[in-house]
Amino acid sequence: MMKKPGLKDGIARHVVIFFHYMAQYMKTKMAYRADFFIYILSDLLLQSVNLIFLLVVFSKVPAIKGWDRNQVLFIYGFFLVPFGLYSGFFNHLFDVPEKYVLQGEMDRVLTRPLNAWYQVVVETMNPELLVGTVAGIIIMAYSGNAMHLDLTWWDIPLALVLVLGATLIYAGVYTFLASLGFWTEGNIGLMPMVYNLSNYGRYPMTIYRGPVRFILTWILPFAFVGFYPSTVLMHRYDYIGYALLTPLVGLISFAIAYRVWTAGIKRYRGTGS
Amino acid sequence: MIREGSALPDIRPGGGRLAARFWNRLMLYIELMRMEFVNNLAYRTTYFTGIFNYSIQIGAYFFLWEAIYSGRKVLGGLNKEEMITYLIVAWVVRSFYFSNLDRRVAVEIRDGKIALELIRPYSYQMVKYARAFGEALFRIIFFAIPAGVLIYLIRPFGLPASWQNGLVFLLTMLGSFAITAQISMLAGFLAFFTRSTSGIYRAKRVVMDLFSGLLLPISFYPEWARNIIKLFPFQTVSYMPNLIYLGKISGVAALKVVLLQGFWIVVLGFTAFWFWRFAVKHVVIQGG
Repeated sequence: MMKKPGLKDGIARHVVIFFHYMAQYMKTKMAYRADFFIYILSDLLLQSVNLIFLLVVFSKVPAIKGWDRNQVLFIYGFFLVPFGLYSGFFNHLFDVPEKYVLQGEMDRVLTRPLNAWYQVVVETMNPELLVGTVAGIIIMAYSGNAMHLDLTWWDIPLALVLVLGATLIYAGVYTFLASLGFWTEGNIGLMPMVYNLSNYGRYPMTIYRGPVRFILTWILPFAFVGFYPSTVLMHRYDYIGYALLTPLVGLISFAIAYRVWTAGIKRYRGTGS
Repeated sequence: MIREGSALPDIRPGGGRLAARFWNRLMLYIELMRMEFVNNLAYRTTYFTGIFNYSIQIGAYFFLWEAIYSGRKVLGGLNKEEMITYLIVAWVVRSFYFSNLDRRVAVEIRDGKIALELIRPYSYQMVKYARAFGEALFRIIFFAIPAGVLIYLIRPFGLPASWQNGLVFLLTMLGSFAITAQISMLAGFLAFFTRSTSGIYRAKRVVMDLFSGLLLPISFYPEWARNIIKLFPFQTVSYMPNLIYLGKISGVAALKVVLLQGFWIVVLGFTAFWFWRFAVKHVVIQGG
């Protein structure tokens, strides 16, 4: 058994290790510099499809179910911020059932004196996808400016807390799905389905029917990764109750998922070869 | 890639009359189609989860369009019911004509497998198209039709405006397949010149999604954009066939769409032919 380090040392150590992983990652990417930048650009291009869709639709209609162009753009911009963080760090939890459980990569991870979940995340991260986050901030700034939004002192700290909460929801949902791999020992194809559902979070919830809204709020809480938190940041307070729940929903999602993950790790027996 | 052990017909060149050679070739391509179809059978269960997945994706657009139309009668020449039908038909048919030839070709070029393909006694492009068509036939049976039925049961949508329109629509589906396959092939060839294959796939996807009319009817775009889109083959892939389905284009005008598709198939065919020749020479020079 390892000696448990103090909390402060623990965090510092994880941060140092993060930068080591980051340095290695950048080395591999810089070997093919031009490809790396084209990859980043093409990721932005892919995201621009949604933006163009919204712009074209709003050239035809002034509002969608009570939400005008700037508000819908603002929601989309906010959605991209935690989405970029998710893409950068948690998207490849997707690999856990196949690569780490079925092929036994977890053996290697578990023999090292560092939290297994943390190792998987830093091993599979694609931090360049944080450009999506930057794009989201630009869209928020543009649409916020267009609707004459006045920044107040609490906007930025609140935004940070809400983004953190939303990111924890992603981390929670995907950690949970990845952990199922310890039982199913292989991919069960749920992840693409959930991914498609997460995209529902970038539009006002008012466009969905009751049952869909219920699922997106209370079961797979993707209403909290875009719509709810963004409303309060654009100073519309009709969903403030939900919006302020975002950090709590994030914490609960992640706490449940992490427990399932731990149970999965305990269950893991390696590939036996 | 041809898997070993498969029974390929004998196609040695110079073996007999022209007609016999042509027949040989045809049988080869039909055999390749069949092989690809059978290969895909092994994965049919993944396709079934794929259908639910696809429906969720279509669902997002369904809710969005329903909301966009609330309180409005006609947008871009389509009413709400027509738009919902447009959306569902566009996505369901896409699961047939959709092509990942760009990925397959680009990987072969990047990994150098293309060298082996070059010495084989058949047309590289034709083999790729034949296999892609086999896969498309598989997808229409195990994906497009079940998906269409499933969605119809959840949310009934409009049937073709008339049987004539339905028939021409089926014909344009073949055109959509051919044009998409050719565009993908050309996109794949770009791998001769760049290593950034994921950039190629994504750029192709963005262009196809936006300009084929899959996401938005072309009539929604501003006039300047429509005038540019007109100069390219993209809108004959989804937008125009969907309008035939809806009965917005009928009779002679519908047949003209088929002709337009034929025109683009020829143009793209020549482009791909010359591009291939140029690129292969380029590769030989590079390889020394």
